[in-house]
Amino acid sequence: MPETYPQTYFPVLVQIVIACAVAGGMLAGSFFLGKKVRNPVKELPYECGIVPVGSARERFSVKFYLVGMVFILFDIEAIFLYPWAVIYRELRLFAFVEMAVFIGLVLCGFFYIWKQGALDWSPRGSPEE
Amino acid sequence: MTFFVITLIKAALWAAAILLSLLYLQWIERKVIAHVQLRLGPSRVGPHGLLQPLADVMKLLLKEDLTPAGAHKFLYLLAPFLAVSLALVPVVVLPFGPEVEVFGVRTALHLADLNIGVLFLLAVTSLGVYGTALAGWASNSKYALLGALRSSAQMISYELPMAIAVVAPLLLANTLSLQGLAEAQGGYYGGWIPRWNVFQLPAPQIFGCVIFLISGFAETNRVPFDLPEAENELVAGFHTEYSSLKFASFFMAEYANMITSCAFATVLFFGAWQPLWPEAKGSGYFPTLLFGLAGLVALYHGLHPARPKDRITLPVVALAFFGLAAVFLIPVVRPVLLPVFWFVLKAGSLLFTFMWVRATLPRFRYDQLMAFTWKFLFPVAMVNLLATGLLVAVYGK
Amino acid sequence: MDLVLFLTFAIVAVGCAVNLVLQRHPISAAISLIGVMASLAVLYLLLGAEFIAAAQVIVYAGAIMVLFVFVIMLLNAEAERKTGRSLVARYIGIPSLVLFLSLLGVLIHALYPSAERASFGGFTGGTPQNVGRLLFTRYLLPFEATSALILIAIVGAVWLARKEAGE
Repeated sequence: MPETYPQTYFPVLVQIVIACAVAGGMLAGSFFLGKKVRNPVKELPYECGIVPVGSARERFSVKFYLVGMVFILFDIEAIFLYPWAVIYRELRLFAFVEMAVFIGLVLCGFFYIWKQGALDWSPRGSPEE
Repeated sequence: MTFFVITLIKAALWAAAILLSLLYLQWIERKVIAHVQLRLGPSRVGPHGLLQPLADVMKLLLKEDLTPAGAHKFLYLLAPFLAVSLALVPVVVLPFGPEVEVFGVRTALHLADLNIGVLFLLAVTSLGVYGTALAGWASNSKYALLGALRSSAQMISYELPMAIAVVAPLLLANTLSLQGLAEAQGGYYGGWIPRWNVFQLPAPQIFGCVIFLISGFAETNRVPFDLPEAENELVAGFHTEYSSLKFASFFMAEYANMITSCAFATVLFFGAWQPLWPEAKGSGYFPTLLFGLAGLVALYHGLHPARPKDRITLPVVALAFFGLAAVFLIPVVRPVLLPVFWFVLKAGSLLFTFMWVRATLPRFRYDQLMAFTWKFLFPVAMVNLLATGLLVAVYGK
Repeated sequence: MDLVLFLTFAIVAVGCAVNLVLQRHPISAAISLIGVMASLAVLYLLLGAEFIAAAQVIVYAGAIMVLFVFVIMLLNAEAERKTGRSLVARYIGIPSLVLFLSLLGVLIHALYPSAERASFGGFTGGTPQNVGRLLFTRYLLPFEATSALILIAIVGAVWLARKEAGE
């Protein structure tokens, strides 16, 4: 058994070293053993057999960005749930009311985004709806 | 000093076990899906295709290591590295069994018991999205970028219901240590029904478990949520431009994440290494019985072979099963093997469910997928959490 | 042992931070920032703040940086072009950096002359239990205020995105 606090994390360090070694080994293995016959056509990005048209790095829908932002906000909410869960038995109903108020306010925001249509992926008025 | 030595030995053992199971999980999955669809699956390389994984690895190892023109060289390499290394780390906190005494040394079967075990798992999982996002972006290919964007948006969206579904069983156990969670689920109602979190009063976590598993399917990009690699629209998604073992590393990461998801679900909802019924009522002899029966079935089919070569291979398989059955009777290794057996059995059943679902269900459409998590799974997870909270606060001891 | 651990992760953190400024492509800079976050999390962990370390990784590295990477991917940001090095930066920048660092060192030494060196494992009060106990009793009001803050942020995020989409 670990004797001091930093020692409890020693196995984690060992595991990270093993994981990195395996990952590095996989990358190095095929780099050293694989064939290397290069030509410009082979290195073209795949586009169903035709020469790629335009740049691959185009701009995309703002929806992805919105999902990222909403995710951060709810993730912050979720992280508060963990210290709450571990002391739940000590505070009981008091803890429940505290968290109900907190979640209630955040859920107001959730229903606001829902109403605003930020969660809809198919455009409004499309034949799907 | 002994602590460090034991840790190194255990780490090496578990790493070997995980790598071997990753190698053969692919074979098992192909076999399972093949049999669901009335096919044979891999059967050419070695008896019953058992050497297929090795052949695949050899083939991929010798393939050319391509880098597409215009790719960001460093990130193109970093992405598979991140995917594999992050997928292999979580095993360190999984509780495989209680503390045991082996050859006079008292040790736990798991590697580390962290105060923040659950958060550690979630933290490592939350970083996994970079492997996907960077792979797609660095490849300089349209399919890869589209796949990566879809995939990362999907992964972060399903992370929320997952994180919230995890909290509900924590309310019952009041600890973030995975070992603590496992121990809190010991005992039986009426002498038979296990007090796992799916059954535990006052708030059985049946909905929580279902939400967690669904999010698990999405987090690991499995059918029916495998849109990032929807081959009919995106070729292969974020790893379109990867070849050789770099390609294999994304597969390996997917399977490792699958194992982690199933093992995490086992710990949270199915009592980790706690047996299905009490040890006093003979659950300790269940593995022997199971392997013995499997051996008998194999032996029967070996004696009445459907194909000529089965006459040799199936009796060998039967012998292996009988050997396993006998190993579980040796008193010295029983305290180590029994908890591991139960843990692997439960996690394995969940893994089988993953494969079964893949063989059965079609794929979602992308807008359905996002609507499902935001408009259904997330609110339901919240309601489940609040209901659990109320029940525990009022009726909990 | 403590010193070695501290120096390793401190150097990684500072190295990633310097790399963040030197990299010319925004996505490489974002990756360096993730490196800074991760090494800071390890330092928190060594100091005994387990919950903060986990929260650091989950929220900063796992959520906020994902948004950064998304934005860089979405806007298709290119590598910055090299400009002619300005003379002001070369002749005044480096001396003022040295001056700033030494001033910081002197100030810390003057303000905390007899500070003890922290020993890793000396403080173990950063467990989720302890954080929860304080957060849900003594610091209840700030906690509830956070929910209002999150609500405001949600409304703001949707409003901004809708304006963009409407154009």
